[in-house]
Amino acid sequence: MSNLALLERFAALFEPRGVVVAGASSHPGKFGFVAAHNLLAAGYAGQVFLTNREGGEILGHKTLRSIDEVPDGAADLVFICTPPATVHDLLRACAAKGIRAAFMATAGYGELGEEGKRAEQELAALCAELGILLAGPNGQGVVSMPVDLCAQIVAPIPPRGHIAIASQSGGFVQAFLNYARKTGVGVSRAVSAGNCAATSVEDYLEYFAEDTETRVSLIYVEGLSDGRAFFEKTRQATAKKPLVVFKGGTTSGGQRAAASHTGALASDDRVFDGMCRQAGLTRAHSIEEAFELAASFATHPLPRGPNVFVLTTAGGWGVVTADRISASRELRLMPIPDDLRAAFDERLPPRWSRSNPADLAGSETRDTVVECLELAAQHPEVDAVVFLGLGIQSNLGDLERHGPFYPGHGLERVVEFHARQDSRYAELALELEKRHAKPILVATELVDCQPENPGPATLRAAGSLAYPSSHRAVGALEHLLRHARRSGVAQR
Amino acid sequence: MESATEPSPTRTLSEHESKARVRAAGVVTAPETLVPDGEGAVQAAHEIGFPVVLKLCGDAIAHKTERGLVRLGLTDDAAVRAAAAELLAAARPEDGVVNLLVARMVRGNRELIAGCLEDPTFGRCVMLGIGGIFAEALADVAFRLVPLSERDAYELIDDLSTQKLLGAFRGEPAIDRAAVAATLLALSRLFETSSEIVSIDLNPLLIADGKPIAVDALIEVREP
Repeated sequence: MSNLALLERFAALFEPRGVVVAGASSHPGKFGFVAAHNLLAAGYAGQVFLTNREGGEILGHKTLRSIDEVPDGAADLVFICTPPATVHDLLRACAAKGIRAAFMATAGYGELGEEGKRAEQELAALCAELGILLAGPNGQGVVSMPVDLCAQIVAPIPPRGHIAIASQSGGFVQAFLNYARKTGVGVSRAVSAGNCAATSVEDYLEYFAEDTETRVSLIYVEGLSDGRAFFEKTRQATAKKPLVVFKGGTTSGGQRAAASHTGALASDDRVFDGMCRQAGLTRAHSIEEAFELAASFATHPLPRGPNVFVLTTAGGWGVVTADRISASRELRLMPIPDDLRAAFDERLPPRWSRSNPADLAGSETRDTVVECLELAAQHPEVDAVVFLGLGIQSNLGDLERHGPFYPGHGLERVVEFHARQDSRYAELALELEKRHAKPILVATELVDCQPENPGPATLRAAGSLAYPSSHRAVGALEHLLRHARRSGVAQR
Repeated sequence: MESATEPSPTRTLSEHESKARVRAAGVVTAPETLVPDGEGAVQAAHEIGFPVVLKLCGDAIAHKTERGLVRLGLTDDAAVRAAAAELLAAARPEDGVVNLLVARMVRGNRELIAGCLEDPTFGRCVMLGIGGIFAEALADVAFRLVPLSERDAYELIDDLSTQKLLGAFRGEPAIDRAAVAATLLALSRLFETSSEIVSIDLNPLLIADGKPIAVDALIEVREP
């Protein structure tokens, strides 16, 4: 399929002119209600049509009694919640109205066994005949933030961003969207692939790889019906953009659960691992890591080499970060360049560490952190900076602000100063990362422990990922470097 | 899902024949000769050079070590004659036609395992792992899908966790990664072009002076 044909085919699903919810319901406990509610609540820009056999109003929207009442060509996508027995006639009626994509939330197919699988094959064959792109069945929904489309039977509405998600588990789509909300790192597209009757997780990747709204793809898979096709398609996709994969069913217990969940049997996990390396995929080993790696690719540039420089205002964090980088097979705890040390010497009292990690040892004045971070980021030998200790001052300011001595004792001024400094450091990290096109990764426990702290809050508001520990920042950096080497960005 | 088709029956090639196949593909093996009896073994040992290894060899014999059908480090005619007599006496009727395999004794402290297999999901793969007596406990193995590129072969070596074992070790030089990669690429080519082969086992792939030498090989083929 040509790129243009591919984009057009998937545009019906991700950028439809209008959406029909077939089987919309006025009963808040039914999927047909939830789908309509979520679609309307997210503020989808196109026209929405709700069908209900009984007619009447749902959420202030007048319903149509059948698809036949939808104006010709007004909708591209149908979201189906009606029972399996109704679906064939419904799809034929949709095709007659020019609808070119169907998201099927309806369950009762392959997940039930042999008979269900046959019904699923018939469904796929019918959609192929009608020229309808079929997503699902047994899926939870489709999200496309550039058009504020959230046609799904779960929460939440994620922020806009550049991560595209395809998952064999609808629950994990929901989990990823929740992580997007928590971190502020947003989503471009998301689809719960359900039973993958006609469109597999790797099929969506072809679209994501061409999609200009998407910088990184994130997928969750369990069983793979065609391992070779998965290998070829993911390899092609990751040659264009980073692809993070998380796989369930890697143990025999998990495999049994996966077989009853969405299909196919899994092979030795180490074969999958080797396949990932061979295809150039970024493999995550937990759901949190999967999102975090995707968010890292979405918000940070790739390093051009292995040299990491660590700047810290907290000594212990510097030590364990040095340990973690030294244990890495990819990254290098670079020796501090002489000219960088000399430049730091000019700005700091003699008690600073004078090596990498650069521990400023509490010797910073108003502009020292700013100047040192700039010097490190602009140094040509430095490929990436890990910046530790952001938010410490505001953390103290918060205590002072809510303690028994506020206001008075000069506390207003210092509290305000602390908050301003941490916002300033965060803004600088963002600015330097952009200016020098190299990763400046911020790690502080305050990301988790005090999310409203002006340091991490500034990064989150800018949609940039900060890390709750330096181990996680360095782990992400390893994956960024691996992909950079594979794609030729890193030569060193 | 399609219903599983009945797998066609398979058989193993003898060690001698298996080695001939992998050698032709580019895998390095120790010099060896197949002989029918003790006198032949003595003559072969002289041609190959002492010390030698003697093994009982036949199409149906797959687990020689478990059955005690291997004699290592034979240094003279008498030892070869005695070993030959013992091995021939240990043959069972179900072993079919048996011969004696005389091979140069290769010494090395490190063993790898390498091979090919069909994965139910991803199809034909090449495998590399740490061999030797701790192989099962370490379970340090890694895979790539056939066909392997040169980069795949080198990265497959990098994937092993026990990298220290691949460096300079107990007076032996570091493992020659180019030679191991060449072995993996040879396996990949052979497996890719021979549809009748179901699996290949090089166990052990002994490391002598840093170079990999397959001192045992077993190929399983599908019956036509």
